[in-house]
Amino acid sequence: MDLNLTWFILVGVLLTGYAILDGFDLGAGILHLFVKKDEHRRLMLNSIGPVWDGNEVWLVTGGGALFAAFPEAYATVFSGFYIPFMLLLAALIFRAVAIEFRSKEPWGWWRQMWDVAFAGGSFLSAFLIGVAMGNIVRGVPLDAEFEFRGTFVGLLNPYAISLGVTTVLLFTMHGAIYVAMKTEGELQARIRGWIPGLIGWFLAAYFLFNLYTLVECPHVLETVRERPYILGIMAIGAFIILNIPREIHHGREFRAFLSSCLGMAVMMGAFGATYFPNMVYSFPDPANSLTIYNAASSQKTLGIMLIIALIGVPIVLAYTTCIYYIFRGKTKLSSHSY
Amino acid sequence: MDVEILARIQFAFTIMFHYIYPPLSIGLGLALVIMEAIWLKTGNPLYHNMARYWTRIFALTFAIGVATGIVMEFEFGTNWSVYSRFVGDVFGSALAAEGIFAFFLESGFLAILLFGWNKVGPKLHFFATCMVCFGAHFSALWIVVANSWMQTPAGYHLEKMVDGHPVRLPPEHVVAADDLGSVRAVIDNFWEMVFNPSSMDRIIHVLLGAWMAGAFLILSISAYYLLRHRHLDFARASLKVGLVFATVATLLQMVSGDFTAKGVAKNQPIKLAAMEGLYETQAYAPLNVIGWADSTREQDFGLKIPGLLSFLTYGDFARPVAGLKELPPDEFLQRRYPEATAPEIEEIRRGYWPNVPAVFQFYHLMISIGVALFVLVAVANFRWWRGWLFNTHTKWSRLFLAALILSVLGPQIANQAGWFAAEMGRQPWIVYELLKTSQAFSRVVTAEHIVFSLILFAFVYALLFAVFIYILTRKIHHGPDEEEESPEMPESWRNLIRRDAARAEA
Repeated sequence: MDLNLTWFILVGVLLTGYAILDGFDLGAGILHLFVKKDEHRRLMLNSIGPVWDGNEVWLVTGGGALFAAFPEAYATVFSGFYIPFMLLLAALIFRAVAIEFRSKEPWGWWRQMWDVAFAGGSFLSAFLIGVAMGNIVRGVPLDAEFEFRGTFVGLLNPYAISLGVTTVLLFTMHGAIYVAMKTEGELQARIRGWIPGLIGWFLAAYFLFNLYTLVECPHVLETVRERPYILGIMAIGAFIILNIPREIHHGREFRAFLSSCLGMAVMMGAFGATYFPNMVYSFPDPANSLTIYNAASSQKTLGIMLIIALIGVPIVLAYTTCIYYIFRGKTKLSSHSY
Repeated sequence: MDVEILARIQFAFTIMFHYIYPPLSIGLGLALVIMEAIWLKTGNPLYHNMARYWTRIFALTFAIGVATGIVMEFEFGTNWSVYSRFVGDVFGSALAAEGIFAFFLESGFLAILLFGWNKVGPKLHFFATCMVCFGAHFSALWIVVANSWMQTPAGYHLEKMVDGHPVRLPPEHVVAADDLGSVRAVIDNFWEMVFNPSSMDRIIHVLLGAWMAGAFLILSISAYYLLRHRHLDFARASLKVGLVFATVATLLQMVSGDFTAKGVAKNQPIKLAAMEGLYETQAYAPLNVIGWADSTREQDFGLKIPGLLSFLTYGDFARPVAGLKELPPDEFLQRRYPEATAPEIEEIRRGYWPNVPAVFQFYHLMISIGVALFVLVAVANFRWWRGWLFNTHTKWSRLFLAALILSVLGPQIANQAGWFAAEMGRQPWIVYELLKTSQAFSRVVTAEHIVFSLILFAFVYALLFAVFIYILTRKIHHGPDEEEESPEMPESWRNLIRRDAARAEA
C-alpha cells in the first residue's frame, strides 16, 4: 500500500468521521422544528450540546488533510464549488451560533428565530454536502489544468440534488436515533415513533439514488462491473441499517445508534471503493480527472503527514471516547444547559 | 473592481471578523487556568465563582471563533486556488497539524470545561481547562507558523512537473506566469519550515497580543462593576488577577515587539522601511512617533526621534538603515528584468513596494496603542501600590476606571492593525519573494461570485456581531453567581470550599 492510497483512506476516514458525528448533530437540527414544546427542543439541543463542536472539527481536519495531502483536489473543488461552499459555510455558522444564542432569552420570537436558524442551517448544510458529493460522483467538467469549467447552475443538476435529498434523509434518520438514545419519556416516545418511517424513507431514497447512478454515471456502472464486491459492501450497509428497527423495537437505542454509525461507515466505504483512484472525476473528459497520484503532495509530505496522523489520531480518539463516556446517559437540563 | 482586489477584500473582511474572537479565547483561556488554580489552591469560593463567570464569557467568544474559523480554512481553496496548488505541499501540513493536534484538543475538552462542572471532579475539570488553554495556544502556533512561512519561506525547494515527472528547480528560479500550474513548492525539511526565520518571533508576538486581549477584557468588566458598585468582592479579585496578567503580558509584549521588528528588518527590509516611511537609506535613521508617509513625494513627515530606528534595529545610532529607494536591491531586480536599463529599474522597483502610507499608519497605530496600554498598566500598578486601585470617590479614580473600561478596545485594535501592517507590508507578495498575490487568486471564480459571498458574509457577520454584543452586555449585566449556594454543586466540589480563606481575602 503506497502513501497515496494511505492518504486516500485517511482523508476518507476523516470525512466519514465527520459524516457520522456531525451527521447526528445536523439530523437533530433538522428534526428540531418538528418538536413543539420548548423543554423538548432544549433537550434535543442539549443532547448534542457538549459534542457538536468537537464533531465539526472532523470537517476542519478533513479539509486540512485534503489540503495537505491532495492540494490539487482541494483547490479544484473549493474554487469550483465556490457558491455552494459559501452557502454551506453560512449555514454552518447559523447552525453553530443558534445553539449558543437560542436559550439566552426567554422570549418566544427570539427562540423561534434561532430555532429556525438552527433547523434551516442544519438542513441546508446536510443538503449542500450531499449536492457536493453528488457532483463529485457524477463528475465535473475539468480542463487540462484541472480547473473547474462548469457553472453554479450546472452543479444543481437533478442527480446531485437527489443525493442532497438522500443525505438529508440519512442524517435525519441518524439524528433521530441519537436523540432517542439521549432522551427519555414523552420526547423519546415521539422520536422513536418516527424512526421506522425515517428508515423507510432513507432506504427508498438510497435505492432510487443507486438506480439513478447506474443510469446517469456509466463510469460508475463500469467500475462496479470490474469490482463486483462493491455490491456486496452496499448490501451489508443496507442490512446494517435494516437492523436498526429491530434494536429500536427491543429498546436498545445504543445498539441502534451503533448500527446507524456502522451503516454510514460501510456506505462511505462503498463510495471509496467505487471512486478509487479518482479524487475528482472529470466529465465529459475523463483524461483530465484528478487522481490520488496527480493530485497529491510529494511523497515526503505524505510521509511527514502520516507521522503526524499516527501520533495525533490515536490521542484524539482516546480523549474523544473519554469525553463521550463522561457525557453518557440521558440528557438532563441544568443551569449550564443551552 | 478586479478579482484580485475583491478576493483580498473578502479574505481580509472574514479574517478580521474572525480575529476578534480567537485572541479572547486564548487570553481568557489562560486566565481561566490561573483562576481555577487559585481556587484549587486556596479553596476560596470567590475564585470558583470567578472561574465560572469567565467561563461563560469564554464560551461565547469561543463559539463565534469556531463558527467563523471554518470559513478561513475553506477560503484558501475558494479564493486562492492557484496559491493552494502552489504551496499545498508545505502550507497544508501546518494546517492539518493544527486540526489534529490543536482543534480537537480544545473543542473536545471544551465539553468538560463548559458542561462538566457538575459531572467531573475538580481536578479533572482543571485538567480540561488546561487542555483547552493549551489547545488554543497550540492552534495559534500552527497557524502563525503557516503564515510566517509566507513571510519568510524556508525548508522547501521549487519543483516543476515535466511530462508527469517532478524536476527540481534551482533556488534562484523566478516563478513566471507560465509556471503556474506546473511549478510548486515542495517540502525539504519539516522543522526548517516550522522554525522558519520569522516564526518564533511572530508566534510570541501574536500570543502576547492575545493575552493582552483577554487581560484587558477582564480589567474592563471588573472596572465597570467597581464603578457601578456591583459585585464588589468579585470585581476587586478579578481586577487584581486581570491586572497582574495585563502587566506581565504588556511588559513582555514590549520586548517581543522589539524582537519582531528586528526580525522584520533582517528578513523583510522593505516592510520595515514601509512601516517607518523610510524612503532614503540613511545613517542615524529616525523613528517616527507620529506622522505620515507621502507616496507621491516619496517622503515621510512627522515627529521624529533621530537615530532611534538605527539604534532599535542594529543597536547602533550611526548604522544606516536601508530605505525604499534601494529596496529591493538592484541584483534582485536585474535577475528578474535582465534587459532593463537603470531608469527602468527605478520604475520597476516601485512595483515591489507595498502601500507605504497604509502600512505606516497601521504600524504606528499598533505601536501607539501599545504604548498607551503600557502607561495605563503602569498607572494602575502605581495606584495599587498606593492602595488607590479600588477607589471610586474621587473624580480621578472614576476617570481611571473609565479608562480601564475602554482599554478593552486597545488590544483588539492593535491586534488588527498589527496584522494589517504584517500582511499589507508583505505585498505585492503572497509568499515573500516567491509568488505574487496577483498570480495567486482562483482563476475560475468571477467578481460576481466574490461580491455575492462578500454581501452574504457582511450580512451574517453584522447580525452575529450585534447579537454577540447584546449577549455579552447581558452576561455582564447579570454578573457572577453565588455558585457555592447552588444545590447542583456536587460533594467533591463542595468539600474544597474553605470559608476562612474567603473571609481572610475579604
